[in-house]
Amino acid sequence: MSDNAVASTGEQTGTRPAEDDVLAELTAPVPEVGDGGPEMVQLLTPEGQRVENTEYDEYVKDLTDEDLRGFYRDLVLIRRVDAEATALQRQGELGIWASLLGQEAAQVGSGRAMRPQDYAFPTYREHGVAWCRGVDPLNLLGLFRGVNHGGWDPNEKNFHLYTIVIGAQTLHATGYAMGIQRDGDVGTGDADRDAAVIAYFGDGASAQGDVNEAFVYAAVNNAPVVFFCQNNQWAISEPNERQTRIPLYQRARGFGFPGVRVDGNDVLAVYAVAKQALDAARSGQGPTFVEAYTYRMGAHTTSDDPTKYRVSAEVEVWKHRDPIERLKSYLVHTAKADQAFFDSVDAEADELAGTVREGCLSMPDPTGDSMFDHVYVEPHPVVEAERREFAEYHAGFATEGGH
Amino acid sequence: MGTMTIAKGINNGLRAAMERDPKVVLMGEDIGKLGGVFRVTDGLQKDFGEDRVIDTPLAEAGIVGTAIGMALRGYRPVVEIQFDGFIYPAFDHIVSQVAKMRARSLGKVKLPMVIRIPVGGGIGAVEHHSESNEAYFAHTAGLKVVCCSNAEDAYWMIQQAIESDDPVLFYEPKRRYWDKGEVDESAAPRPLLEAKVVREGTDATLIAYGPMVKTCLQAAEAAAAEGKDLEVIDLRTLSPLDLDTVVASVEKTGRTIVVHEASTFLGMGAEIAAALQQRCFYHLEAPVLRVGGYNLPYPPSKLEEEFLPDLDRVLDAVDRSLAF
Repeated sequence: MSDNAVASTGEQTGTRPAEDDVLAELTAPVPEVGDGGPEMVQLLTPEGQRVENTEYDEYVKDLTDEDLRGFYRDLVLIRRVDAEATALQRQGELGIWASLLGQEAAQVGSGRAMRPQDYAFPTYREHGVAWCRGVDPLNLLGLFRGVNHGGWDPNEKNFHLYTIVIGAQTLHATGYAMGIQRDGDVGTGDADRDAAVIAYFGDGASAQGDVNEAFVYAAVNNAPVVFFCQNNQWAISEPNERQTRIPLYQRARGFGFPGVRVDGNDVLAVYAVAKQALDAARSGQGPTFVEAYTYRMGAHTTSDDPTKYRVSAEVEVWKHRDPIERLKSYLVHTAKADQAFFDSVDAEADELAGTVREGCLSMPDPTGDSMFDHVYVEPHPVVEAERREFAEYHAGFATEGGH
Repeated sequence: MGTMTIAKGINNGLRAAMERDPKVVLMGEDIGKLGGVFRVTDGLQKDFGEDRVIDTPLAEAGIVGTAIGMALRGYRPVVEIQFDGFIYPAFDHIVSQVAKMRARSLGKVKLPMVIRIPVGGGIGAVEHHSESNEAYFAHTAGLKVVCCSNAEDAYWMIQQAIESDDPVLFYEPKRRYWDKGEVDESAAPRPLLEAKVVREGTDATLIAYGPMVKTCLQAAEAAAAEGKDLEVIDLRTLSPLDLDTVVASVEKTGRTIVVHEASTFLGMGAEIAAALQQRCFYHLEAPVLRVGGYNLPYPPSKLEEEFLPDLDRVLDAVDRSLAF
């Protein structure tokens, strides 16, 4: 049967142009790193000009000048923290660091669109989201310094622990959203009660089974979760074309929920798109896929060497789309901020960097026996026996202290 | 007090846990209207609703991954994996997330979830439906692994696993699902993490869990007819192991054989043998012997009777131990 079906389709080639067009579109080469295309939501051009958008303007109309200056402050401060962390790694104070350079707007825009009762499930690069949630940057540094695997209380700021296995957190986020549904905290109309979850991941993770399963689970459960993909164009050394044959946001349609591509370097547009998606989730309209089209300006981590796999001309193109310069330009030419403001943010950034550096250097190393803590909630005979063994072994050196 | 099958014991235990705690939710494939392929969750969706007995999409990583999220939100998910051989898509979530979340959070997060897995062979099934993979998980710090062997334990242990604040892998002996036993629903249960001497004896100790407990009890009966007095221990918990109960028995008998369906290489028997030579070296009259599956991929079902330990292979090992 199937052979016949193929043959008959072949015979009709050329007589069904519409189908051929579809096929051609589906099999066309994916464009190399581009400008995001005409469907990308943008409210600020790279030059900082405000672009009207009938669908998304309403989500930013209530933002005050102070809010906009706040976004700018967030962007500058987290970039400064990120630069300090990179420097600390270069000086041997961190084992590794995953820089967010270039992705600040995607993280701040979405992070600021969240309400306190919302919950974020990050990868290991969401330093900007952590900042917006009020997580102390030093908590993030502990993981990269090797003193813990995270260790913060995720329920304190509704910001889950960093997840290093690519894409796994999208399922955790979906399950958490299913819990919100069962708590009745969705679609009540109470702005302080209805909650949503935002799951962060990247273009590389879009290939993971977990991410695709999360889409299925979220869709069939109509779960209040926003899948926020920062497409930074590179999964370590592999470009988009090694992960996907269609623009990522278009995948959502196949799973049965809306997908939207937003200029990830435009904090205003990201805020608007994320707010719309979070509002929809909280009100019971289910998941949305947001593809924040951005660029990883730095290396994947401090251990990576991007000169081996990408050309500097590409990086130059994206420098002109810088998220901070774009907002600054807008604030300047609309007179929403003056030089004194920019100077004060710079000064605050330097001060914050100093605090982060000092905090990192004075971070206490964990004690050896602490590794036996927190493996289980309840007492465990093997853990306790090995804890004793460990203590006795080290006590043995103490009694030989005369040597 | 009543007589029921192991499957019904688990069903009643799940029901009791769900009645007691509204945060207990069941998740799995076909567990709702169908009641699971083994009917262990029969009738629970009808009584507790689709929000608490969730028919999931057919994706095991998704089941366990979303269950983690539910637990983070304060629920107590009880996950059913349809067959032992289908746990592997969820392996990453179990070993990388479930097991490690508490340590990662320095004790600020707990994941009180239960992963139920029908285990073992002997049912004439096709590939992937007869495996014994408990050692993979017993090897992983952060998890607890238990296995019931009878209806009374099925009823109580599932409730205790659900009440545990630590994640528990709960193995169910699928070929014994329909074995009946007495269940006292009013008696105080034995603690979850204790082994049990199910038959007292003096000549040698048979150590088993799950489906092999019955096999070992039958072997002990047969041996008794020949004048050999065998003790049988049902381990019940595989991680942590209740070594005190095992050591006390072996110090008494001096000879022991560990019996499980899983392949012997790096199986539970290897750990028990290592622990016994450390803990009661001078009490051993013979090497610790192991009877288990051969170190092969699980064979086609026409061969499984030759692959799995049975009464005769257990008795053969008893003879070798006693002759040493």
